[in-house]
Amino acid sequence: MQLARVIGNVVASHKDTNLSALKLLVLQPLSADGSDAGRTLVAVDAIGAGVGETVFFVRGKEASFPFFPTEVPTDAGVVGIVDRWDIG
Amino acid sequence: MILARIVGTVVATRKDPKLVSTKLLVARPMDPHGKSEGTYLVAVDTVDAGVGETVLIVSGSSARMAAGMKDCPVDAAIVGIVDAVDVAPG
Repeated sequence: MQLARVIGNVVASHKDTNLSALKLLVLQPLSADGSDAGRTLVAVDAIGAGVGETVFFVRGKEASFPFFPTEVPTDAGVVGIVDRWDIG
Repeated sequence: MILARIVGTVVATRKDPKLVSTKLLVARPMDPHGKSEGTYLVAVDTVDAGVGETVLIVSGSSARMAAGMKDCPVDAAIVGIVDAVDVAPG
């Protein structure tokens, strides 16, 4: 899983039926010091996150598991909202 | 998933039997502001997208979860046509 900041929303009215009613978030992955790391991506929201929050997300087919048994065609999903993180 | 703009089509007469009658499109990934980035890719279309449209592409094994793609040899599928991308300033 990776840390990211939610920076936006995607509106797509015509989409796969298994994606309907799901919130699509634009994520900016973060490095440990909180700076931007890598390309932005679009993820399905499984937890109720919103713009401005720091979250962690999962990549790959596992991103659809929160919606089981529906087979949501996504390769990225937000699965947690980060309150804080500490680097030792 | 990534945002991408459709820039072309692919015609392939000889292909895997599972890919027969699928529509293949050439897509250019882009950032949320519309700036192109990365290399072109070929994606199978499941939502009737067309050249010039901004779409949502799912990659990897998850692409096989797109409608009608079960057990198909694909690693990129177009699963949505994007109306708008709202990005917070800053």
